[in-house]
Amino acid sequence: MIYRESGQYKTSYINDSQIFPIKQDRYAVLAFIAFAFLAVPFIATPYFFSAILIPFLIFSLAALGLNILTGYAGQISLGTAAFMAVGAFAAYNFMLRVPGMPILLAFILGGVCASMVGILFGLPSLRIRGFYLAASTLATQFFVVWCLTKVPWFTNYSSSGVITAQEVKILGFHFNTPEEKYLLVLAIVCVMALLAKNMVRSTVGRSWMAVRDMDVAAEVIGFRIMRTKLTAFAVSSFYCGVAGALFAYCYVGTVEPEAYNLDLSFRILFMVIIGGLGSILGSFLGAGFIVLLPIVLSYIVHVTGLPNSVTSNVELMVFGALIIFFLIVEPHGLARLWQVAKEKLRLWPFPH
Amino acid sequence: MQFFFEVLIAGLLSGVMYALVALGFVLIFKASGVFNFAQGAMVFFAALTTVGLKEEFGLSLWAAIPITMVVMVLLGIATERIVLRPLVNQHDITLFMATIGLTFFIEGFAQLVWGSTVRKLDLPIQDVPIEFVMERTGMLISQFDVIAAIICAILVAALAILFNKTKVGRALRAVADDHQAALSVGIPLQHVWAIVWAVAGFVALVAGLLWGARNGVQFALIFVALKALPVLILGGFTSVPGAIVGGLIIGASEKLAEVYIGPYVGGGIEGWFPYVLALVFLLIRPEGLFGEKIIRRI
Amino acid sequence: MKLKFVKALAVSAVAATTALTGALATAQEQFIPILSYRVGLYAAGGSGFFGGAIDYFNLVNANGGINGVKISWEECETEYAATRGVECYERLKKKNGGATLVEPLGTGIAYGILDRLPADKVPMTTLGYGRSDAANGQVFPYVFPLITSYWNQAAGMIKYLGDKSGGMDKLKGKKIVHLYHDSAYGREPFPVLEAYEKQLGFQLIKIPVPHPGTDQNAQWLQIRQANPDHVILWGWGVMNAVALKTAARVGFPREKMLGVWWAGSEEDTIPAGDAAKGYTTMTFNTPGNYPVIDEIRKKVYGANKGNLSDKDRIGSVYHMRGITAAMLWVEGIRNAQNKYGKGKVMTGEQVRWGLENLNVDEKRQRELGALNMFPTIKTSCQDHEGSGAVKVQVWDGKAWKAVTPNWVIGDRAMIQKMVAESSAKYAAEKKITPACLPG
Repeated sequence: MIYRESGQYKTSYINDSQIFPIKQDRYAVLAFIAFAFLAVPFIATPYFFSAILIPFLIFSLAALGLNILTGYAGQISLGTAAFMAVGAFAAYNFMLRVPGMPILLAFILGGVCASMVGILFGLPSLRIRGFYLAASTLATQFFVVWCLTKVPWFTNYSSSGVITAQEVKILGFHFNTPEEKYLLVLAIVCVMALLAKNMVRSTVGRSWMAVRDMDVAAEVIGFRIMRTKLTAFAVSSFYCGVAGALFAYCYVGTVEPEAYNLDLSFRILFMVIIGGLGSILGSFLGAGFIVLLPIVLSYIVHVTGLPNSVTSNVELMVFGALIIFFLIVEPHGLARLWQVAKEKLRLWPFPH
Repeated sequence: MQFFFEVLIAGLLSGVMYALVALGFVLIFKASGVFNFAQGAMVFFAALTTVGLKEEFGLSLWAAIPITMVVMVLLGIATERIVLRPLVNQHDITLFMATIGLTFFIEGFAQLVWGSTVRKLDLPIQDVPIEFVMERTGMLISQFDVIAAIICAILVAALAILFNKTKVGRALRAVADDHQAALSVGIPLQHVWAIVWAVAGFVALVAGLLWGARNGVQFALIFVALKALPVLILGGFTSVPGAIVGGLIIGASEKLAEVYIGPYVGGGIEGWFPYVLALVFLLIRPEGLFGEKIIRRI
Repeated sequence: MKLKFVKALAVSAVAATTALTGALATAQEQFIPILSYRVGLYAAGGSGFFGGAIDYFNLVNANGGINGVKISWEECETEYAATRGVECYERLKKKNGGATLVEPLGTGIAYGILDRLPADKVPMTTLGYGRSDAANGQVFPYVFPLITSYWNQAAGMIKYLGDKSGGMDKLKGKKIVHLYHDSAYGREPFPVLEAYEKQLGFQLIKIPVPHPGTDQNAQWLQIRQANPDHVILWGWGVMNAVALKTAARVGFPREKMLGVWWAGSEEDTIPAGDAAKGYTTMTFNTPGNYPVIDEIRKKVYGANKGNLSDKDRIGSVYHMRGITAAMLWVEGIRNAQNKYGKGKVMTGEQVRWGLENLNVDEKRQRELGALNMFPTIKTSCQDHEGSGAVKVQVWDGKAWKAVTPNWVIGDRAMIQKMVAESSAKYAAEKKITPACLPG
């Protein structure tokens, strides 16, 4: 009843090609963003900001990056954390070595460095496919972390190989409290998500999808495979790089290269697959799921009053079982569930 | 020169140990197209169960191993029933993801049952240098590694016979070639998968015992899977001999690289060198050394 | 089916909120969050350490608390991961009237919460790990690397090796291999070892082992070829057992190996079996039995409140470290009570003062039933470490035994200079003006 598109006529091309063609969607998204910017800062507790919302947003951004590569361009990558590390350490060094460097520019340059590394390590994708590619992206993961530990210049000769993020200051305004950092991250994520949404609807996005669905066919009908695959790697790594920089600057503060380990890569891959491959919304849902699930689980098993040595293991088992369960119920991810719900809503309450 | 050979042999023997883990991956991928990430967890679980039975229930090693074998077969069958069967015909990556879920489950389950203490596993094989080789050539070659290599060779031979000479093996190869065609000529797909997972469980047990005896039975056994991945991409996901040859190449070259190149770049390159090496190989042969040639049609 | 799931979610949400509110009711206790890890790669160490701390809490409570104030705690599983650790910290820091102190027992997590501590006014102890330069309380007012840091340990190692060779000058021309976990952790002692290399004239060979270190054939062949006089094993987790096994395989004597204290627990030697016999490591606890451990056996495990599922692990290295940590925390709280009011619940800020003015001498150790279990400790604003002393222990095949009768202390002046330099760099980066906090 409420969610219906009848009566919404598109009278111009502009109308026809807007991001959210259905009015309800548009308002819902706007309302949601407005809620996140205006209401959340007043209702959320510092715990929510610094332990849930900020990591959620940062991981969403990284998942978005990986989703561009895996979901849209069809290249599986297990090296996401490495690109995040490049972003973080590049941003740190730009801030450190260029006097008066604005932090936002440092984030962007961090992303650019990550995308250059991405292009380099994306080259094998021109010849290798599927799991062979996935396993070889592990080379990126191990090599980048090794490099960051080995070359002391990257960590400013810190004896322990740890970098301490400089303070975040934009136009004289300091982002210190979790609330302020949340708003900064939210703004960056919103802008980048919007860009991504637009990108995947454009020629670039369509060429990615063509390559994903069948690269030989795409090549035959005139897509330039090399350019398409490499742009996917570049854009994806850019997103991951920015996410990595935000991870260092707005979340943990002091990081060692090992923070960007294989575990993190896998977590982000989970987010993408659980959330839904090839869906911007899915990246957010997946990130929310993977960030929240262990926390909720730990609360639940905590209530049972079992000894901790038992609950920790049960938590892990339930986490694994739930992943399998979700995959069985909906192999296309949470985004697909949302789509199904929308289809149902469209007809509700009259099924015909 | 003697040192060079020592490094080379140590590398080859390490390679055999990697190949042992890689075999489990190959078996499952060959028969069901599933990239089974849980193989590392299975290795850990198998080793832990054996040691746990031995220490907690006072069983002898020779009693614990068959019981563990039964447990691994049950685990394989249960995996097929509960995880894979509902996911038939799904995208590869979904299946891959499901095995990651399985990994968490097994990790949690193993530690829930047996606790998180680090345990010692004593096989009746001494991990000491073979004396007559030491006397003749001055090289130190571990008896344990040599026996591990022999076990590995026996295992591969047995698998080759299973695949090539038995009825089950024919069914396995048929399923590997084409699920649907195999189904249509009356091969029970589910049974075949259950068998493959059980065999993979057995391979995991052998790998778990050997690695567990070498490193102690602890959570880090899961990481031996990471050592197996470059072997896999180098040798091809679908080839049993590929796993062995790949293992030998990776083992030997990573040791040589660590010893001869490592000192110039700060060392510790073993972590990524095998991957880069495998990557270079792949650029020349995208389906791995022994993988089936990929023919792509539109 | 779908409905069931929604129901399950609703139930879990309700459960979560009751868990949150239910805990608030007991505010009259001294609350200490326990950021433990009992699953994953380092679970063996985590369960021992945090088990020890909780056992000691139970003992204190059984004896009537700290001047009547009982200790309460809540565990949160971090899996040794920085992100989960930060979440746990944020979740527990304001609970039950506020966290008194934290101890994450993990470098990554410690870094993740380091910057949050001053704002939250929660002190953090890092027993035997973390930033060595945090010993400077003027720059790191809320961080306490109690007992000893990596740098002091490295200095202690060289001192011990020198004494063993019959004098520091005898190290000249010797070869020492530093076999390390290839990470920030393994590189931490570089400055100290390099400084000593210049000063004493030995040859330092650094050989990294990539994480996780399940195969070390290449490294040990290199070591055998170099034929060093000593090998320092700066390992972590499975790497230690594998190093011992591989050393046995290439026939390198274990007596020449000196491990870092994270390579010196039962969890490191038992899986190596016979290969570990004769192996020496550093430690900040003297292995053995103490009255306090007997008391824990009697009052805690006797009342079935013990935290370890395996009673054989009582008094093991990690367990004893946990007891030591908890003992120092309780001493810090007691100290704070002496200043701010006996029998009251202390805030994080007050406990910070208590930890900064610790004085656990031999007399106090005897009262605690832990004479000589750890070095005597006297902290101040300039020195949040309080000791810097270490001991050497040897594995006899079944248990750890102390080698050095006295505590070993390296060149403290050199370490203090390095701490000052490094912390000044941090202060400059973070724009902190070094100063002591008022009591």
